[in-house]
Amino acid sequence: MAETGATASRNRRTLILLLAPLTILLGVFFLIPLGIMVVYSFLEPGLYGGVEWNWYPYNYGRLIGWPLNDYEVFDPIYLKIFLNSLQIALMTVAGTLLLSYPAAFWVASMKGPRKSLVLFLVALPFFANMLVRIYAWLLLLRPTGFLSTLLESTGLIIEPLDLLFTNFSVIVGMVYVLTPFMFLPIYANVEKLDYSLVRASRDLGATNVQTLWRIILPLTAPGIIGGSVIVFIPALGNFIVPSLLGGSKVQMTGNLIERSFLQSRDWPFGAALALLIMAFVVVLFSLQFSRQSKSEGQGTR
Amino acid sequence: MDGFLQIRSATKMYRTPEGGSIRALDDVTLHIRSNELISLLGPSGCGKTTLLKCIAGFEDLDHGDITLTGQSLTRIPAHRRPFNTVFQNYALFPHLTVERNVAYGLDVAHVERKERTRRVGEALEQVGLAGFGARMPNQLSGGQQQRVAVARSLVLKPKVLLLDEPLSALDRKMRESMQIELKSLQHSVGITFIFVTHDQEEALSMSDRVAVLASGKVQQLASPKEIYDEPQNEFVANFVGTSNIFKGKVIAKEGRTLTLKTANGRELAVASDRFGVGDDACAVLRPEHLKLSGEARDRAIKGTVTQSVFVGSEMHLHVDVGLGRTAVVRHRHNKGSTEAAYGPGADVTLYYTPEAAHVIECKGA
Ligand SMILES: Nc1ncnc2c1ncn2[C@@H]1O[C@H](COP(=O)(O)OP(=O)(O)O)[C@@H](O)[C@H]1O
Ligand SMILES: [Mg+2]
Repeated sequence: MAETGATASRNRRTLILLLAPLTILLGVFFLIPLGIMVVYSFLEPGLYGGVEWNWYPYNYGRLIGWPLNDYEVFDPIYLKIFLNSLQIALMTVAGTLLLSYPAAFWVASMKGPRKSLVLFLVALPFFANMLVRIYAWLLLLRPTGFLSTLLESTGLIIEPLDLLFTNFSVIVGMVYVLTPFMFLPIYANVEKLDYSLVRASRDLGATNVQTLWRIILPLTAPGIIGGSVIVFIPALGNFIVPSLLGGSKVQMTGNLIERSFLQSRDWPFGAALALLIMAFVVVLFSLQFSRQSKSEGQGTR
Repeated sequence: MDGFLQIRSATKMYRTPEGGSIRALDDVTLHIRSNELISLLGPSGCGKTTLLKCIAGFEDLDHGDITLTGQSLTRIPAHRRPFNTVFQNYALFPHLTVERNVAYGLDVAHVERKERTRRVGEALEQVGLAGFGARMPNQLSGGQQQRVAVARSLVLKPKVLLLDEPLSALDRKMRESMQIELKSLQHSVGITFIFVTHDQEEALSMSDRVAVLASGKVQQLASPKEIYDEPQNEFVANFVGTSNIFKGKVIAKEGRTLTLKTANGRELAVASDRFGVGDDACAVLRPEHLKLSGEARDRAIKGTVTQSVFVGSEMHLHVDVGLGRTAVVRHRHNKGSTEAAYGPGADVTLYYTPEAAHVIECKGA
């Protein structure tokens, strides 16, 4: 008895020691900067950058429609930009999902070296700089670019096609950048899907469509949800893609934050903006996860 | 001939990853009757699952056809055939409760709710799982999962139930009670069960008829008793039960009694209607046909015990009888009897009657 107690406390000490580096890392590089941001978001912006140490809730006020009279105005543009970002992020999730889901089944059905090759190809873009890869899309999509000239030469269009600096071009870029993040979790899920369940469903009289809806989708839902989360969050905050492929016409919250910090040097406003978006994402996913754990608590695992 | 489910010259090839091809089914012809429990028995890899998949419609035949009461099934897809399968690993849907699992086939067929509830309840009752409807599959024991799989199929009232080694994952006790249960279930629902197994004891104890398969071919289709007593060839004799097989040439024939001369010169008297002088033949003697004591009309073989194995109810003696193979003899021992007499090295005389031996053709005596 005494011995097991001693073992337990030794185990706990080892655990604390093992967790220490991670705790310090998170504290120094995540919690402290986050704390600074929270503090800054409630401070008054200085006239030439920097901050004045005064209580100043109007950074948030500007965003949610409760501005300091005369001095700062509520501009619905922020709300519009946010809604547009949300739309782009959702479209990106949809786009990556539509590409990745069938692809995952296709790759999972492959065998041997071919499968390894395809999986390697999926990971390949990570080795090249993102800026360069997005810049390549700029060349493809601009009016004198590959896509437009190709369509013109086939006679499908008469005028040069200007796809650049639209929501469409931004979504294309986002889908391109984020597809591997959707593909991999779905693939991991599909790979371990027990095919005999599909056969059982057919055996019990289900059509292919019924099997997809009742068996395959529910069983691969964890992969779909996981992939959607890790695509949605970076899509919402991404500023490289919209600034290259969206130009000044497509604004996303990512650009707004970037501009507040780097150009207008209004750190409190940038911090407030970033924190609001973070809060939005956190609330969204805590709702999702509490629902999920509730339904799992009912039985399955 | 009852023309219920007929399989004619069924042949199925598979491509191997190495680029060759393999005949999983080779000219299989089987006539399966209505309301019988028929076993497909054979070693692993002999094509049992393949045959079941072809019947269910998951695989297409390369040659031959399958008909149900005279109608070809070739063009009927799996989900429209009046057959259901109990899969080797049960294949229960892990995200659905027992009740929803059993209701699945009715759900996809849009059966009306009241009738669905009634039939699901009935099916669960049939397999002794009333009250388990709300459980998830992973909250059930192996035997219970098995029953859910059976209920899920039976609820659709199929004409044939296909079972692919349904008991192989269960422990021995469970397996034996499930064998009895499945047999009586088959009896009470009154449909054909096609039961795949590699366990010869299971096949013999449950089936109305047994089809023995080896390397994609049907070796014998007969009642369990016939399979055991009159195996058609060496494979069946070896695979089903323990056999002592002695190869030889017929050197004399007198009425039904043949004299078989083995390669090392010993002579064996056996009874058979077939075979003539000069033919190669194999004599099959079951362990229970070899006795350690005999009557006047019995034939005797002398030999030496090489090994004696205690299995509880009896002793298995391995006896070198100088026929190229050791013979296995079963000896019921009595409590307190002296076993030393049958220990390794002991000389024994084995007795058998020529009628007990079953004579089959054999290749290359
Ligand atoms: N999809 C397949 N592709 C290639 N070979 C297969 C396939 N399915 C089965 N086989 C081969 O066919 C033979 C029969 O298999 P199977 O019917 O599963 O045997 P059993 O169920 O009797 O153990 C085996 O040699 C197996 O390797
Ligand atoms: Mg099998």
